[in-house]
Amino acid sequence: MTVGRRHVAALLAAGALIVGVAACAAGSSGASASSTAESSAAGADGTAKPTGNITVFAAASLKATFTELAGDFEANNPGTKITLNFAGSSDLVTQITQGAPADVFASADTKNMAKLADAKLVDGTPRNFATNVLEIAVLPTNPASIHSFADLAKPGVKVVVCAPQVPCGAATDTVEKATGTTLAPVSEESSVTDVLGKVTSGEADAGLVYVTDVKTAGDRVKGIPFAESDKAVNTYPIATVGTSKNKDLAQAFIAAVTDSEGKKVLNDAGFGTP
Amino acid sequence: MNRRSGTGYTGIPAWIYAIAAAGALFVLLPLVAMVAKVNWPEFIPLITSDPSLTALGLSLRTSAASTALCILLGVPLALVLARSPFPGQRLLRAFVLLPLVLPPVVGGIALLYTFGRQGLLGRSLELAGIQIAFSTAAVVLAQTFVALPFLVVSLEGALRTAGNKYEAVAATLGARPGTVLRRVTIPLVLPGLASGAVLSFARSLGEFGATLTFAGSLQGVTRTLPLEIYLQRETDADAAVALSLLLVAVAVAVVGLSYRRPGSAAPERAAQ
Amino acid sequence: MTFHLDATLAARGFDVSLSLGPVETVAILGPNGAGKSTLFAIIAGLLRPDTGTAQLGDKVLFDLAADKSLWSAPHTRGTALLAQEALLFPHLSAVDNVAFGPRSAGASSTAARETAMHWLTEVDAGDLASRRPGQLSGGQAQRVAVARALAADPDLLLLDEPMAALDIHAAPLLRRLLKRVLAGRRAIIITHDILDALMLADRVIVLEDGRISEAGPTRDVLERPRSRFAAGLAGLNLVAGTVADAGITTADGMVVAGHHEDTLGPGQDGVAVFPPSAVSVFLTEEHGSPRNSFQVTITDLEPHGDQIRVHAGGLSADITPAASADLGLAPGMTVYFVIKATAINIYPA
Repeated sequence: MTVGRRHVAALLAAGALIVGVAACAAGSSGASASSTAESSAAGADGTAKPTGNITVFAAASLKATFTELAGDFEANNPGTKITLNFAGSSDLVTQITQGAPADVFASADTKNMAKLADAKLVDGTPRNFATNVLEIAVLPTNPASIHSFADLAKPGVKVVVCAPQVPCGAATDTVEKATGTTLAPVSEESSVTDVLGKVTSGEADAGLVYVTDVKTAGDRVKGIPFAESDKAVNTYPIATVGTSKNKDLAQAFIAAVTDSEGKKVLNDAGFGTP
Repeated sequence: MNRRSGTGYTGIPAWIYAIAAAGALFVLLPLVAMVAKVNWPEFIPLITSDPSLTALGLSLRTSAASTALCILLGVPLALVLARSPFPGQRLLRAFVLLPLVLPPVVGGIALLYTFGRQGLLGRSLELAGIQIAFSTAAVVLAQTFVALPFLVVSLEGALRTAGNKYEAVAATLGARPGTVLRRVTIPLVLPGLASGAVLSFARSLGEFGATLTFAGSLQGVTRTLPLEIYLQRETDADAAVALSLLLVAVAVAVVGLSYRRPGSAAPERAAQ
Repeated sequence: MTFHLDATLAARGFDVSLSLGPVETVAILGPNGAGKSTLFAIIAGLLRPDTGTAQLGDKVLFDLAADKSLWSAPHTRGTALLAQEALLFPHLSAVDNVAFGPRSAGASSTAARETAMHWLTEVDAGDLASRRPGQLSGGQAQRVAVARALAADPDLLLLDEPMAALDIHAAPLLRRLLKRVLAGRRAIIITHDILDALMLADRVIVLEDGRISEAGPTRDVLERPRSRFAAGLAGLNLVAGTVADAGITTADGMVVAGHHEDTLGPGQDGVAVFPPSAVSVFLTEEHGSPRNSFQVTITDLEPHGDQIRVHAGGLSADITPAASADLGLAPGMTVYFVIKATAINIYPA
């Protein structure tokens, strides 16, 4: 499966490259939508205001917030265009290392950012811009009467968690170890969506996902915070990709994510501040 | 053109071979690329790790079970579709074949609303003390759902090719319908049934979407090989590639050993 | 212990009634599409007629009317079917094919095998017992199929053109075999070959357009055909019409003069029958002592023995090749068929 995706990514990258090369060869001027290779840091007007296009690769859990932030950024900076690509953090790292044209990478964990750094594809030092903690998701009616993390270990309670291989599952593991509570989940899903799906369909009594996932799910689930969640705080780092052709614009976007406006949007979505 | 030698004239224009070669490459190249990516020194430890073997064992067991279920349900379906015309037959066929074109996730959702805790049948099953969700039975159901059309299509084709002349003769010789089915119909279409079963097994082995949506993912219970690959990919690309190769090898072995050419499904005819 | 059938099937324009004695073989003759296979399918229980009854001995095969619906399944009827193709089960050996009927009737596998070997020997195929159908020639396969049908011990054997698919060497062998095994049995045989009717059947029934057009002892039908089809089989010309003073008048007004039977009266339906050898061909109209002369257009010429057969206007004439060459005959030519009245037999239709 990895390989299949890699190939698709490689094909897409190759396609984008061909389009880009063709655009350059044609000597096109002005803001070509197809090219990410344009830099206009030294604008004709002499100001340092960056323009042009960048592509942001962001973890799937950032979809709502980054879509909003990118829209605001484009509005505040005329002449810029932000293309967004959301997927699992490890998928994104794979895509970037296979040559996908990314300018900014926002990861859901430090581990995947470290992977990209190992591949020498991170420009500068990544900045942590958000945190996320686990929350118990139940149906609004809370049929199994779950009120604490310990309740999840009660016999007969059907709990669905993320597999330890994915960030939310790793966090679950950490909380279990720190509290000494061992869960017997009925399923270890490979994505938050699948955990929430099992809860909303009523198959499972409770699921462990991030606070922000509960927020995104809206009325379909109820979130139950628990104190032990601070044992596993997940940190979101963001960085410019080493191969970016428009690092100024990339830096400007990262600045917008980490400034007070950005913090507000993230906090509204349930993210914490590091 | 020595490619045309052999048994005789094929009537295939030369350029067809070029496109056929491209088509074959299109399928083979990704497999070659995957093989090239395998971390060979680690290959054996990777595929013999406990989660891998558990997933492989579960995949083989559930695929065998769902193939059996496909035969149990698919043989009568194919017989009804091929032999007795009735109103709504075309519609029934269309619905039986639907999982072929349906995204597996959709199948998983449909199964969830049928056999899930809140589902159409699930609620009654739950009252009867039977819980399907998150059980190995759910995996078998998901696999059967997507694999059944393969068996029905193969078998119905074989039944239509064989025709019902032999059955008519058998009946006039005094054989009851049950005897005709057992001693004439089934043996006649056995090659078609076998290839249908093999296709069903292979499809079950590769089932991912419906299982993920409907059955969940727990080692030894519901996490089949494709789900294990999907999960390993998150952290360990080498393991994912090694397991992918293992899955390909098993599928090639199963299909290659037992899938016959479509033509061989027709019964041999007495020399005239 | 008689067999009686009476059945109609509107969709195929089928309406047939027939009876067979306990040890009688009847040949069904008729053109393609006349309903011969429909007849067998109805008897064997593979096709359901609209109405009718059928009884085989004391067993009711079906009894269908507006107010009742009695229908026996094919396997209970005891009407074994032997088709043009041998249709041996390809996955069973010859002996297992023959043993199929006895096994289905509940015989033990040893007993069924014994019966099968008996019938294989009976059809001179004992040495083929272990062969698969794919290893048998057409004639061998058909012999095994005969053995299989007989081993089922049918009350009525249905033979649907059993010789049709065989080559000219295998057919006579099977015909002799059938003559031997059909003795003392009740059977119906569909055939296109007059030889089958002569050798195997006590009676013939001519089926045309889903109805029986003629029936009777084989000899009578061939000697005095009443239907055009039977006349064709017997190699005779036949003209149907109404009896007049000197002969018969056809529907379109043609008068055929011929030799009357005393019992005939004017106005009765009658047929005029004469052999092609009695027909002479002329390019111009000839008049002479009581002769018939018909203007016809040649449709076809074909060799027939050492003669040339001239087909024209639904009649045939046999002339010598020399005469044909002298006259310069070719399809499309208009000629005169001339027949002496004394060569024409006229009898009731």
